[in-house]
Amino acid sequence: MIWNPNKECMSRDEMSALQGKRLHKIVEYVYHNVPFYRNKLQEMDIRPDDIQTIEDIRKLPFTTKKDLRDNYPFGLQAAPQSEIIRVHASSGTTGNPTIVGYTRKDIGVWSECMARCLTAYGVTRDDIFSVSYGYGLFTGGLGAHYGVEHIGASVIPAGTGNTEKHLKLIRDLGITGIACTPSYALYLAETMDKLGIRKEDIRLRVGAFGAEPWTENMRQEIQERLGLKGYNLYGLSEIMGPSVSYECQMQHGSHICEDHFYPEIINPVTLEPLPAGQTGELVFTTLTKEGMPVLRYRTRDLCSLLPGTCDCGRTAVRMSRIEGRSDDMLIIRGINVFPSQVESVVLSMPEFAPRYMLVVDRVNNLDTLQVQVELRQEYFTGVFDTPAAVDQLEKKLAAKLKSVLSIAAKVQLKAPNTIERSQGKSAHVIDKRKL
Amino acid sequence: MTIHQLSIFIENRSGTLIRVLNALKEANIQIIASTIADTAEYGIYRLICSEPLRACEELKKANIAVALSDVFAIAIDDQPGRAAEAVKTFSEAGISIIYMYSFLLGGKGILIFRTDDAQRAQQIIEERHLSVINESDLQHIS
Repeated sequence: MIWNPNKECMSRDEMSALQGKRLHKIVEYVYHNVPFYRNKLQEMDIRPDDIQTIEDIRKLPFTTKKDLRDNYPFGLQAAPQSEIIRVHASSGTTGNPTIVGYTRKDIGVWSECMARCLTAYGVTRDDIFSVSYGYGLFTGGLGAHYGVEHIGASVIPAGTGNTEKHLKLIRDLGITGIACTPSYALYLAETMDKLGIRKEDIRLRVGAFGAEPWTENMRQEIQERLGLKGYNLYGLSEIMGPSVSYECQMQHGSHICEDHFYPEIINPVTLEPLPAGQTGELVFTTLTKEGMPVLRYRTRDLCSLLPGTCDCGRTAVRMSRIEGRSDDMLIIRGINVFPSQVESVVLSMPEFAPRYMLVVDRVNNLDTLQVQVELRQEYFTGVFDTPAAVDQLEKKLAAKLKSVLSIAAKVQLKAPNTIERSQGKSAHVIDKRKL
Repeated sequence: MTIHQLSIFIENRSGTLIRVLNALKEANIQIIASTIADTAEYGIYRLICSEPLRACEELKKANIAVALSDVFAIAIDDQPGRAAEAVKTFSEAGISIIYMYSFLLGGKGILIFRTDDAQRAQQIIEERHLSVINESDLQHIS
């Protein structure tokens, strides 16, 4: 099912023309309403009339998270306060949070985009849908909520917490859909086991999962344990919130609502746009936003774009899974290395626990990379009674790492449970280089 | 015909060996023979002990990478040249010894070893009437 075939299945020429028109309009709008952008554009000697087609976007300056923080709280807001009907704030782990104001029209666009997502997942007005993202300053709860209402399904604003009561409702009300983080979905499954609720006792069939990175393995596990089909839901508050992109039934990349959010992939070092299919940093320009429009916002998320018409019929460009974060990027012997690349290799070998540590050093002016991994108790069998057997395992991992990273890594095996478990994203790296 | 050997992965860091030994001590397991195959970064600690199956479970509980391997144990007279004789039996049959260590038990020399062909080695042991040590023989030493 497609919520808005006019936009989601638009021909490429029509879409480019629409994007070009909207880009011109938004540049003109921020030029006259946001001093930050006016100054930047003037410094670069760019006038709104220089931007006529979507290709002209390359002339525009980038916006970073730092720009948003530096202009805290309302510096980048384009609409007058009287037009702002809602304000969200992103979790700021360092310094000020990012404040995003929405006009009535923005909330409408958001609901429309969210409706596209839910419809692609197969949700209809006949569904009873639980929104289990946090309600509040976080965009997840209310963002999904308005989308569910917009398509006319019954929304259960469960939020997070009180999981046992939530499960009771899921069972007793026959809730058919849920939007939450993938980790909360797994927590639900665990709580079900604890309470003795079987997946046959509930009627969940659709899950909209997002707001944190997750893997294909997690999807399999969630689907298996909750008996539903799980779809990716991508978004970020700086651009809108959940609904920026969504998976369809094909589950081959997430379609971007590109009539509202124009995506680009750039090389995070040179900032040059990359051709379709190549992995780089995802950049978004809001084409219709009134409250806080952003030009070429650097998401720091790494992925690639998949052009072409999808088997579902949509022409809206797809983005791959997020493969990492550009701010985690290491440059080792001139090669860009992302901890997530190492993670994918480690996860592919059951002999190792899903934990790892990258140790980067510089010896005699040459960068070295060591990857520490933990042996998994269950896979340490009697054949490993000689160093030769253990070395073979090490070599197997080293060869896989080499093919993924394009540089050699020295593997160091560690005993089970010796690598510190940490939630932080930079906690996977020790960079000893003094540069 | 074979006995259980514990093969334990230990990192080359101070404190790792004592963790293993402490876990065995807590479980009241007696070590009968042991050897470490060391490399630059880690070692494989091989040991023959009382109640190897229980020892293995206890070590696993202590989060130690441990596995059970099947090894041969044969008794030889405690005299010069007997080890050479025993190994010669296998090498003449084209069987390679992958590793071997030994200890004394009740006036006999005990050779612990693994070969590259367990089936063939078993045949040789039977044909030559080599004196095989069973796990139960080891339980009586304490």
